[in-house]
Amino acid sequence: METNLALLLLLAPLAGFLLNIFAGKKLSRNLSGTLGTFAVAVSFAVTLFFFMQVSSTKEPIMVNLFKWMTLANFDVNFAFQLDQLSLLWLMFVTGIGTLIHVYSISYMHDDENMHKYFAYLNLFIFFMLMLVMGSNLLIMFIGWEGVGLCSYLLIGFWYKNQDFNDAAKKAFIMNRIGDLGFLIGIFIIGYLFHSVDYIDIKNAIASGSFNVSDVTNMTWLGIATLCLFIGACGKSAQIPLYTWLPDAMAGPTPVSALIHAATMVTAGIFMITRMNFVFDLTPDVQNIIAIVGAVTSLIAATIGLMQNDIKKVLAYSTVSQLGLMFLALGLGAYEVAVFHVITHAFFKACLFLGSGSVIHAMSGEQDMRNMGGLRKVMKITFITFLIATLAISGLPPFSGFFSKDEILMVAFHHNKPLWVIGSVASIMTAFYMFRLLYLTFFKDFRGTEEQKHHLHESPSLITFPLIVLAVLALVGGAISLPGSSWLNEYLAPIISHPAEHHALGTTEYMLMGVAIVGAFIGIGLAYAKYIKQAFVPAPDNEITGFAKVVYNKFYIDEIYMAVIVKPVYALGAFFKNVTEVVFSGFIFGLGKVANAIGAQGKTAQNGSVGLYLFVFVLSVCSIIAYIFLK
Amino acid sequence: MDVSFILIILLFGAVATYFVGDKLASKAALLFSTAAFAATLYVIYRYNMGEKVSYLHTWIKRPRVLLNFQADSLSLAMVALTTVLTPIIILTSFGNMFPKTKSFYALILFMAFAMVGTFLSTDGLVYYIFWELSLIPIYFIALIWGSGDAESRKKAVVKFFIYTFAGSLFMLVSFIYLYTKTGSFLNVHLYNAHLTEKEQFWIFLGFFLAYAIKIPIIPFHTWQANVYQKAPAVGTMLLSGIMLKMALYSIVRWQLPIAPQAAAEYKYIFIALCIAGVIYGSILALKQTDLKKLLAYSSLAHVGLIAAGAYTLTIDGFRGAFLQMIAHGFVVVGLFYAAEIISRRYNTGEIADMGGIRTQSPKFASMFMILVMASVALPLTFNFIGEFEVLYSLAQTNIWFAVFGGTTIILGAFYMLRMFQQVMLGDKGTKVFADITFGEGFVFALIIGVLLFFGVYPSPIADFITPDLQKVLLQINQIN
Repeated sequence: METNLALLLLLAPLAGFLLNIFAGKKLSRNLSGTLGTFAVAVSFAVTLFFFMQVSSTKEPIMVNLFKWMTLANFDVNFAFQLDQLSLLWLMFVTGIGTLIHVYSISYMHDDENMHKYFAYLNLFIFFMLMLVMGSNLLIMFIGWEGVGLCSYLLIGFWYKNQDFNDAAKKAFIMNRIGDLGFLIGIFIIGYLFHSVDYIDIKNAIASGSFNVSDVTNMTWLGIATLCLFIGACGKSAQIPLYTWLPDAMAGPTPVSALIHAATMVTAGIFMITRMNFVFDLTPDVQNIIAIVGAVTSLIAATIGLMQNDIKKVLAYSTVSQLGLMFLALGLGAYEVAVFHVITHAFFKACLFLGSGSVIHAMSGEQDMRNMGGLRKVMKITFITFLIATLAISGLPPFSGFFSKDEILMVAFHHNKPLWVIGSVASIMTAFYMFRLLYLTFFKDFRGTEEQKHHLHESPSLITFPLIVLAVLALVGGAISLPGSSWLNEYLAPIISHPAEHHALGTTEYMLMGVAIVGAFIGIGLAYAKYIKQAFVPAPDNEITGFAKVVYNKFYIDEIYMAVIVKPVYALGAFFKNVTEVVFSGFIFGLGKVANAIGAQGKTAQNGSVGLYLFVFVLSVCSIIAYIFLK
Repeated sequence: MDVSFILIILLFGAVATYFVGDKLASKAALLFSTAAFAATLYVIYRYNMGEKVSYLHTWIKRPRVLLNFQADSLSLAMVALTTVLTPIIILTSFGNMFPKTKSFYALILFMAFAMVGTFLSTDGLVYYIFWELSLIPIYFIALIWGSGDAESRKKAVVKFFIYTFAGSLFMLVSFIYLYTKTGSFLNVHLYNAHLTEKEQFWIFLGFFLAYAIKIPIIPFHTWQANVYQKAPAVGTMLLSGIMLKMALYSIVRWQLPIAPQAAAEYKYIFIALCIAGVIYGSILALKQTDLKKLLAYSSLAHVGLIAAGAYTLTIDGFRGAFLQMIAHGFVVVGLFYAAEIISRRYNTGEIADMGGIRTQSPKFASMFMILVMASVALPLTFNFIGEFEVLYSLAQTNIWFAVFGGTTIILGAFYMLRMFQQVMLGDKGTKVFADITFGEGFVFALIIGVLLFFGVYPSPIADFITPDLQKVLLQINQIN
């Protein structure tokens, strides 16, 4: 029964994919979208059932299907583990997934390849479920690479545009750099533990059969967790592998909401939380994670200050928020990171879908310099967007306040410089999010007359998901309120060493106060500049000085191009024009020597096969004769 | 029915195909090659039931030459690969008209015959004869039915012939030397030849030259790209899908157990060379402007990794290498078929002249995409299983081997997606690409079906070959 239900949960989106890929063309667009949505809704319903069950029994559901791979030291099974952590992830993957499918029915309605879109979206959900449900690192890796493929397909969905295809390709390749790290990490874990099953690894550490005082063991374990973290950097867009995510905005906006904000990019956090008992053993790597997370959050927020493309701002804010989550992970506060993953999924999905609604109304325009005043025509979009913006800016009682505040509190208690970095990034976040809000929804409309004519509120299939997500963004913080956290208790069986939770004292209230004041400073600055002064960002060619450097994202893409991609091509040219010629010439040189010696050389050049056959037969015969006569 | 029956079907099929004439030749070839595959399946079934399927017979008394066709899971796996790919390759040729049709198809079957013989022979001399025999049909196929101007084609093909032929002579010399030591060509006798370290080194090197040229391993690969480009698609598929596996298989069957000490002592050097080939081939693939040449260099990278797995002398490396050989056989045939389909419609091999295919044939684009993903070893494709096991074995040998060998994951995605973008995507402009036919789609569906099925459930093959790989490993470790 449980096995069948788990299979239904996993395979429903796959069935949706197959249906749409093979028969979608013949179906009406509405039907094709409805089928795709239904497939994910089924998964959501089953998830809900399991979630209730596991919440009460506290017993994980294990499903073992068959042996997948055989290795000398261990077998890898096709097996799934539905426990508190995976079910929590499944809840918001399938839940938000369903909402975004609903939204897409309207959003993608005019696209001739709508059935393909839903097919890919379903396939993405399937792989995401695989990633989350797997009971060992290799099943996770199937999902891990699978979501990368779907991300590639969806970023490049409008494939006639080669810029979009470039973005898709870049996302896949950068992710693969991380994936190599992940693989090496798996190799080392497999070598050390003779298993890649989470439970086996956890037991080996708990029972002491894996010796944690052995220096060699621990060195290798450190390398392993570092490699796993590199994998996480790729998927979750951390320095130095983050540059694909802003480019990934080339995909349809609901894809940005689902894959590049709410679900796929949180895979790195999921993986590290999954393996928390291993990361706990390697404090040096944890420090690296915390620093990388903090720095990523600051740099991405800085770039976000200057962007004018509405989706680019949200993309950099995603990178920045993911950085905060990694900061929490690095400090060993896994449940706090998970908390922020969830609230972020709510408000960021809401923001992206809201921006999609705006872009829809603006007939495809994404530049905020050409927007303005939209709150008058798009009331629902505006209000939901406002709620989500307040949530990400960290104002109480919105969900983002609680989760972000917990991260900063943990940072304050562990490492003051990281707290400062995180706080500065948060102030910047409040600033650029309100900048976005003001430029888009306030003052007067700055677009063309034609655009103005078209402005409209989106249909209910689009506004309904917005409203649901806005409500969640508002109340989502309730799952882990300071003092009494449902989430921490729920996750207790998963996290080996829960973070110390400080009772709410003077320090804590003071920190909250600082955070709130910080958010108000950011908002106030944005208000002063974009409402009071009615400032509109300058056209591209008038940006100068440091602002230009930030606007151009610190030229990181250009640097990667010059330092990595170009040299590889240069090496290729060297191989092609020099070494290949040398290797080839060497052999032909030998041939020429042979020609000079052999009188038959001319014939050989002419390629008389008869001669070769003759030589061949003769040589075999003479050998046999030689042996025979000896 | 024993394994010799497969050989008889193929040889008889080659002759019959020639005599049924040009009109029916392609159908006859398809019939006989399918029959050979059916026979292979039946033999494997009997083998699994524990029945005797080997054919053992003395051919020449003095010197002792045995006509032994020994069936074990390894040889049967490779025979099955040959006999399943042969009808598929014949099917891919159906859209084309070939002059001298009967000779063309007869040569394909003859080539399959020679390759099956190579996989099955346990007598070194017979093995060598089959090994060389397989060179003759491919030589004619590439030379007569190839593309491009005749002069440059002849140059490329003759170079290939001389080169591989020369390499094989080193192997022959090794065999003769071994015969003088043991008085036998039989592999099990050669395994126990009690060679000194010095002898082992030279024997090992002799075999290596033959195999390194055939596989090819850098720097012995310079014949490859030109021949792959100039041979007809069928020839390229035979070469890359099956023929080079003769050499990879022979590493495990002949080279390693005959010279186990040398294998253990020098393995780091040979693994390093193979992995250098992985990176070298990948980077060169990035610079190719011709689709078939790009695929040739990509193949160079992949087979380098397979060879590296074999040289690790670990069970995971062996198993990974065998699984990857089979997976690579299918994917490379599929990719070259895709290249062939494009060149049938666009009349060009230049990547820059392609593009805009996805808008015109989304079905073809999807199938090509799946092949690309299999080629870059996405999990749930068969290629991932082999590649993972090989990389895992490399990591156990030395972590840096896995890191450098693993760059294929990144570079492979780089050149394959770049190629896919340029060839398939973008706007169509004025180019016209007719949608693929049912027959073409059928071949792709077959290949993709195999790649996905064994990607999800590789155990039937993995469990089949593992015991015999362990035997080989035991043989090697016994001596060391």
